[in-house]
Amino acid sequence: MDIVVCVKHVPETAEAELKIDSTGKNIEKTGLVYDINEWDDYALEEAVRIKEKQGGTVTAITIGTEDFDSTLRKCLARGADAAIRLTDPKFQGSDAYATAKILHSIIKNLHCDLILCGLQAGDDGSAAVGTILAQLLGVPHATMVKKLELCTGTAKVNRELEGGLEEILEIKLPALFAVSTGINEPRYVSIMGIRKAMQKEIKVLGLADTGLTEAYVGEAGSWLKTEKLYVPPVEKQAEFLKGTPDEVATKIAELLKSRGLI
Amino acid sequence: MTAIFVLAEHRQGIIRDITYEMLTKAHEIAQKTNTELTAVILGKSAKEKAKPLTEYAQKVLIIEDQKLENFTSDAYQKVLSTLIKEHKPLLTLIGHTSYGIDLAPRLATELNIPLATDCIDLAFEGGTFTVTRQMYGGKVNTTATARKAQSYMATIRQAAFQPQKPQPPANGQIIEQPSPLTEEAATKRFIEYVLPPPGGVDITAADKLVGIGRGIKDQANMPQMEEFAKTIGAVLACSRPIVDKGWLSNDRQVGSSGKTVKPKLYIALGISGAFQHVLGMKNSDLIIAINKDPNAPIFSFSDYGVVEDLFKIVPALKNKINELKIQK
Repeated sequence: MDIVVCVKHVPETAEAELKIDSTGKNIEKTGLVYDINEWDDYALEEAVRIKEKQGGTVTAITIGTEDFDSTLRKCLARGADAAIRLTDPKFQGSDAYATAKILHSIIKNLHCDLILCGLQAGDDGSAAVGTILAQLLGVPHATMVKKLELCTGTAKVNRELEGGLEEILEIKLPALFAVSTGINEPRYVSIMGIRKAMQKEIKVLGLADTGLTEAYVGEAGSWLKTEKLYVPPVEKQAEFLKGTPDEVATKIAELLKSRGLI
Repeated sequence: MTAIFVLAEHRQGIIRDITYEMLTKAHEIAQKTNTELTAVILGKSAKEKAKPLTEYAQKVLIIEDQKLENFTSDAYQKVLSTLIKEHKPLLTLIGHTSYGIDLAPRLATELNIPLATDCIDLAFEGGTFTVTRQMYGGKVNTTATARKAQSYMATIRQAAFQPQKPQPPANGQIIEQPSPLTEEAATKRFIEYVLPPPGGVDITAADKLVGIGRGIKDQANMPQMEEFAKTIGAVLACSRPIVDKGWLSNDRQVGSSGKTVKPKLYIALGISGAFQHVLGMKNSDLIIAINKDPNAPIFSFSDYGVVEDLFKIVPALKNKINELKIQK
C-alpha cells in the first residue's frame, strides 16, 4: 500500500502570547516554536502503522520554506520513505483552495492507494484542504476519522459525529482520509532517529514543477484573501483574582463557601 | 429573486440547533441583500421536519429520497450541486459540523464557488463577501474577503449566533423537488451509528466539575487532579487532548465531540478554551479558570480567572478547602 501524507509545519501557540505583526496580516513569529501540525502527526503515525503491517511506502509532502524541512525530517525519522517540499514565492497567500491545487498538481502523478492528512491545521483551522484535494483527485474521502480499518479494495472508517456518537462508513480505495487527533498514539522519535533522517533526501519542487500558472496559486488562485488579523475583542472578561497562591486560594475557597459549593 | 440557502442539519430525526443559528444570521443577510431566505432540507421523510423551518424561512425546499435516510457527504453533494446550479443562490450556508466539514469543501470545489469555513461572522460589504474567522485556537481573529463570484458558500461555527425566531414568523412556503439521485452511492456507504458504550461516568449529572486540559502536562499529575476534585466533591472532566492521550476515557470529555455540561461549578485547570471545549461548558453557573496564559480564550467565558501556574494554586486551594471543612 502506497500512502501519501500531507503535513504542515505550524507554530505551537497553545501557551504562547500572540501579537500581530506590522503588516497586520500575520502574527509575530519570532520566538515561536514550530513543529508538525498536531493533526498531521496522527495522520503520519497512521500511515507508518499501515506500512509496517502491510508493506508499501509512505511519502510525506508539504508546502513551505526551508524551515519546513524539520517537519519533513521528523516524518522521515518516524518511518516515511520519501519527502517532498513544494516551495515558491508565488505560493505566498494561498488559502485552502490554492493549497489543495498545488498539492494536487504533484500527488496526481504519484502512485498512491491512500492519502492521509490531518483534519485541520492548528494555525488557520480551515479543515478544508483534504476534502478539496479529494474532489480534485476524484477519489472518495472521509473527514473526522477516528478509526481506520483496511480491507481488500475498501476501508472501514469510524467518523466522529457529535456528543460521542460515531458512524461507520465503508469507502472504496483509493481514498483520502482526514484524521482526528486520538486515532492512534504517535510514537516518540529520538534525536538519533532525526539525525539519521538528516541523510535522507528531501525533494524540493517549485511552481514550474507543478504545471500550474501563477493564476492558480497564491492569492491569485485563492477563494479568500486575508485582510487583517486582530486579537479578538473581549466581550466578557473574568474577574481576575490576584495575589500569592495562598491568597488566591483563600479567595476561591471563600467564594465557593459563600455560594454554598463547599 | 435570488436566494440565500441554509442547509438544515438533522440527525436521527432531530433538527440540530446549528440550523436555527444559521437561519437567524441568514435572515439578517437576506434582508440587507434583498434576497429570499430558503431553508433546504434533505432526507427520507424530510417533509415531517419542514414545519419549524417555515417559521424562519420564506421558502423551504424539500428533497425526499430513501437514499438520503442517513447523511453521507457524496449523496448530499449530488443533490446540493443540482439545486445550486438550478437556483443559483447568492450564498449557501452549511454548519461547520461533522456534516459541513465533510461536505462543503468538496461541493464548493465541484461548483467552483468561493468557500469560507468555520465563520463566526459574515456580511456583504459594498458587494464584497466578507467573513470573520478565528485562527490559532481562537487567539486571533481574521477578516477575509472572497474573490468576486455569482455565488458564495460558508460553513458556520456552532453557537456563533443566537437563534431567534423572526417576528412575525416567516410562514414560509414548502416546495418539494424531485431527488436527482438515480442510484445508491457506489464509493461511500453508510453502515451504522455507534453509540458511546453505556456505563461509565455521567459528567452531565454532576453538580461540580473540575475540567483538566493540556496544562496538566504529564500523566503523573493525574492523581493530584483526582485528589483535588475529590476534595471539593467534584467529578473530573476534561478537554479533548486528555482523552487523545488516553489519560481519561471519552465519557469525561466536555465539548463539541463530547458532552455538554451545565454544573453549578466548573473549574477549568490548564484549559486554553478552544471553542470546541467552550461549546460544552459555557453555560455552567460559575466558571473559574486557572491558566498561565493571560490571553487564554477561556478567560472570556469565565466568571473568575487566575493567571498562574495551576500547580501552585491547586495544592494551596486543596489545603484551604480542607481547613474550611475542619472548621465546620
